[in-house]
Amino acid sequence: MSADLKVNKAADNAAKTERLRAGFIQRDLIGFAVIVIVAALGYVLFPDNLALLTRILAIALLVLSLDLVTGYCGVATLGQAALYGSGAYAAGILSAHYGVTDPLVMTLGGILAGAVAGLLCSIVMLRAHGLPQLVLSIALVYLFHEFANKASSWTGGSDGLSGITLDPLFGIFEFDLFGHTAYFFGVALLLLTFILLRALVRSPFGMLCRGIKEDPVRVRALGASPHRALVKMYVISGAVAGAGGALSAVSTQVVALDSLSFTQSAEALVMLVLGGTGSLFGGLLGTVIFMLFEDFVSAANPFHWLTMVGALLIAVVLFAPKGLYGTMESAYARIRKRHDGEARE
Amino acid sequence: MSAVFEVLNLKKAFGGLVVTNDVSLSMQPGDRVALIGPNGAGKTTFVNLVTGALRPSSGEVQLGNETITKTSPAGRVQRGLVRSFQVTRLFQDMTPAEHVGLAVLQRTGKSGRLAGNFLTRADVMQEVIELLEKLGLASLAHRKVREIAYGQQRLLELAIALALKPRVLLLDEPAAGVPQSDTGRIEEALADLPPDLAVLMIEHDMDLVFRFARRVVVLAAGTVIFDGLPSDVTKDARVREAYLGSYANASHHA
Ligand SMILES: Nc1ncnc2c1ncn2[C@@H]1O[C@H](COP(=O)(O)OP(=O)(O)OP(=O)(O)O)[C@@H](O)[C@H]1O
Ligand SMILES: [Mg+2]
Repeated sequence: MSADLKVNKAADNAAKTERLRAGFIQRDLIGFAVIVIVAALGYVLFPDNLALLTRILAIALLVLSLDLVTGYCGVATLGQAALYGSGAYAAGILSAHYGVTDPLVMTLGGILAGAVAGLLCSIVMLRAHGLPQLVLSIALVYLFHEFANKASSWTGGSDGLSGITLDPLFGIFEFDLFGHTAYFFGVALLLLTFILLRALVRSPFGMLCRGIKEDPVRVRALGASPHRALVKMYVISGAVAGAGGALSAVSTQVVALDSLSFTQSAEALVMLVLGGTGSLFGGLLGTVIFMLFEDFVSAANPFHWLTMVGALLIAVVLFAPKGLYGTMESAYARIRKRHDGEARE
Repeated sequence: MSAVFEVLNLKKAFGGLVVTNDVSLSMQPGDRVALIGPNGAGKTTFVNLVTGALRPSSGEVQLGNETITKTSPAGRVQRGLVRSFQVTRLFQDMTPAEHVGLAVLQRTGKSGRLAGNFLTRADVMQEVIELLEKLGLASLAHRKVREIAYGQQRLLELAIALALKPRVLLLDEPAAGVPQSDTGRIEEALADLPPDLAVLMIEHDMDLVFRFARRVVVLAAGTVIFDGLPSDVTKDARVREAYLGSYANASHHA
């Protein structure tokens, strides 16, 4: 091969690489911008409902954490709230019992507790596969729930944990009655998490996890241990869920037992499936739609809201099995392909 | 020279069916061994046993001076025992570049990295593209596996194994399903392997076997019935009987 050709090829590859990089960053930026715009719209349109919006942000973190293990690794779980609740209680207990009232330190505590809970859950759950694994996840969330219930001197038991007090954020921004500070704090937390997770899912580790979901035997033949990777992902997922729990504790200044519940876990899974697994975008979309739907429909018709959610979910699973985002994405890809085809003719 | 890979008295039965019956085999660095035998002789099972995908009933596997019979499948790969699959096992939504890149990173201990995208890293991609080029896959580097032809997927399977830079390479019918026009690429890639690498190739195509192998092992009904030079294999009475026997059995059933 002539030197010229080789140089050409290298340049060609470099150009391809550059295009790829630009594509990735573009999607990140779009995602970032969409979150900012939607968050700003929410702030402008529903200034009296910031509590709901902040709750959406906290649950969005839970759903993102679920997407990591379910969407990217293929681990089915109905116990993800165990990690979320651990974060919420850790943040709350730090303030209520230990006088740690810096919201950032509390959040860090929640993240840490979530990661530890993730480690514990993974050690139990990864011993099984498929249906038994699902059952283990349910057992775990009940155990966490029961533990929090019994340890009432710490958690307040069924009355919930109260007495959480907060310093101003950065020593400047008071957590006000209207929830402005909590909302901005939540938006920042979600944006930061989103960017970090986008980098994570296309990192070598993220790719390995997608491989595990499809074919663990193949991954082993590459010399990687699926088990170790899954434990690692669970710890990361726990940290993200814990951040969500901490946000909920900081913004509402109470922690209730149902943050650790099976119901919360199941709802998170519904939101994820509704939006679409394995893209991060889908989880966010599903959370927003589900929670707004819940809020509006349950206010309008408290008796039938679950019926409507059920109907919506069946419709999505039957007609858009990839979830709302997944289906939109494939439709967009098809249109673009057709467009490209025409352009070439 | 001491053996780089040694299998001692390996046995495996599925229920009552003995599929691997006291198989022993030793390979030196640089060996080019063809493992042949009728369908169902237990060739793939042998690979599954030594790589840890299946647990043997008894027997030992050694790599270098280390006994790896109880080592995890991933651990064996890390120590340099690498296989390819008879039926491709690839990630449908990933690209050839991603497969090979992941293998390169795994080999260099970087597959656990939580950030950074190797597709945009020149040092990794140079190796990836070179390997893909060698197998004629460079133009498909960024296509999804589900969009490329089966024959090319077979070549990718080989590229992944090579990216792991093994000490011992076990290839399970690398040319099966590859169009005639592309088998040349496989042969070139095989001829180009590091001289001290020990290769065992399972293959039905006898032309390929004779061009590649300097030693042939014949497995029939789970037992090694021949281990010697390619030039002697067709003269061996037991080998002929085994192949004829399998045909005779088949015609009995018909
Ligand atoms: N997991 C299993 N459980 C039960 N029997 C099995 C299993 N795997 C393989 N066998 C049987 O073991 C025997 C050997 O199979 P194996 O796949 O090793 O043969 P092979 O020599 O690779 O054949 P081929 O040339 O067709 O690939 C066959 O009779 C097969 O049916
Ligand atoms: Mg076989």
